[in-house]
Amino acid sequence: MIQQYFDTSVKKWRITFIGLFIVLCMLFLASLAIGSVSIPIGQTAIFITGGNLENSGWQAILMNFRLPKALTSILVGSALGISGLQMQTLFRNPLAGPFILGISSGAGLGVALVIFIGFAVGGFFGIPDFARNWLMVGSAAVGSFLVLSVIGVAALRVKSGVSLLIIGLMFGSAVSAIVSIMQFFSQAENIQAYVIWSFGSLGSLSWNELSILTPIVLLSLVYAFVLSKQLNALLLGETYAESLGLNLKSTRILIILNTSLLAGSVTAFCGPIAFVGLAVPHLARMLFNTSNHLLLTPLIILLGALMMLAFDLVAQLPGSDATLPINAVTSLLGAPFVIWLILWKNNLHYSFDK
Amino acid sequence: MSLLQTHNLTIGYGDKPLVSDINVSLESGQFIGLIGQNGVGKSTLIRTLAGFQEPLGGSISLGGRELIKLNPKEISKKLGVVLTEKPTALNLSVLELISLGRHPYSGWLGQLRQDDVEKIEEAIEQTQIHHILNKRLYQLSDGQLQKVMIARVLAQDTDVILLDEPTSHLDLRNKIEVLDLLKKISQSGKGVLISTHEIHLSAKVCDMYWGVDFGVPMEIGVPDEMLLSGKVQELLHLEGGAI
Repeated sequence: MIQQYFDTSVKKWRITFIGLFIVLCMLFLASLAIGSVSIPIGQTAIFITGGNLENSGWQAILMNFRLPKALTSILVGSALGISGLQMQTLFRNPLAGPFILGISSGAGLGVALVIFIGFAVGGFFGIPDFARNWLMVGSAAVGSFLVLSVIGVAALRVKSGVSLLIIGLMFGSAVSAIVSIMQFFSQAENIQAYVIWSFGSLGSLSWNELSILTPIVLLSLVYAFVLSKQLNALLLGETYAESLGLNLKSTRILIILNTSLLAGSVTAFCGPIAFVGLAVPHLARMLFNTSNHLLLTPLIILLGALMMLAFDLVAQLPGSDATLPINAVTSLLGAPFVIWLILWKNNLHYSFDK
Repeated sequence: MSLLQTHNLTIGYGDKPLVSDINVSLESGQFIGLIGQNGVGKSTLIRTLAGFQEPLGGSISLGGRELIKLNPKEISKKLGVVLTEKPTALNLSVLELISLGRHPYSGWLGQLRQDDVEKIEEAIEQTQIHHILNKRLYQLSDGQLQKVMIARVLAQDTDVILLDEPTSHLDLRNKIEVLDLLKKISQSGKGVLISTHEIHLSAKVCDMYWGVDFGVPMEIGVPDEMLLSGKVQELLHLEGGAI
């Protein structure tokens, strides 16, 4: 009897996934084609399938700039989206996002420390570009990892997820305060270096850096899919999940670890990118009307990737030479969405009774 | 056969015991009503029996084994609960919610095997909710939601089912339907315990009352006898003729 329910839904979902995948491919080709130099879509298709282009300038642009940037967008969008999904389910709060735990503030503190101490000691701009890049990536990673460790310890002690959320928020604001104090006492160039980092950037990753970010994100995404069963049980609330045999503490730590790897690695390489993590899971839930993580996980990977590609296209300001900072674009398009979300919160169908 | 048994159990929080020296047993096929005033420890007893919080003293045995020695997964195959709180995600479909009851048995990604599908169908059959399987939880009335939550715990396929005030917020017709349903479930060989304030209705279906009051030992007895002897009135501090 109920088998037919499952069978019809399999058919429906297959169409949805194929459709999303086609849109993703189209946006991917578009993001290769559009920029300060326009390259015909046909040529980008030839490039992707491994052919050589007659125009070696185009070949170089695609290989060195647009392809790594498009791949970065895909990784960033899906990583932040999944991270947001996990936080929202874990904390039973529709306004939770990957950065609510203070992960980005931690990364920001790491970067700020490197910049400001680098200046104080002297010679921060003297070291070669790639070394400075890696120093900032490393310090952001250490910063978010430290925040994560504190949250992990708190997760062992605190019983309710909401308390943990508040601890994360408090920690995030305390860390941001330290950064502002450091900014207050430093010179204009330090502040500029920090502010540029905080704009976020999808285009600054070399193939070298991508070769580190890609496996971290891919493995974490696969693990996120594996966590689907536990996350689904959490949809009932923590007590029900426990009554279904879930080990709350270990599950909570695994989810926080997974989400931190996703958000932390992306923030380390690309800077803080706002709103994607918060907005994409809601968009997926509303568009596809499901809470099932087995479906939501792949849906959000696809949706996050294609939205990030779209955001990046907007940031390019097609037809002009200028580029907007990506963090501004995601916020600019994301903020009205979040406001709309709060005004229509009834549509979320979340229960906050307990 | 005793499914759930307590030995000199003391429940409460920290150093404040609520009820002490509880010696009760829930047998297969039994339908027990847990009665008492608000705040007396009914929910605490249910939470303790379900393993959500530690007893302050004494012990609990579930299916012949000590509860504290069982891991959550082992407990989840023997004991299911229906709580007063609603599920967090109300956009789950009814069928999805019931399927989650198979969590202790389903595959590592939650995929359902033939056995799981059969148990889910049985649960739907018993609760008679075929017509709302495709609805979302937020579309359900309180009575429908309670039946769906009961179907979920039936799908979990446990010998013991504990329900915390399953008839509150329901209208009279739904209260009766839910109590009748729980009676039928207990008659199929499960041990069912509910906490309740519905004295008149539950007295008709419950085999036994466990009565709790502040600072006194638990009273155990047959509902009608406890009502006639005035024990229930005493436990609930009721005066006047309405009862």
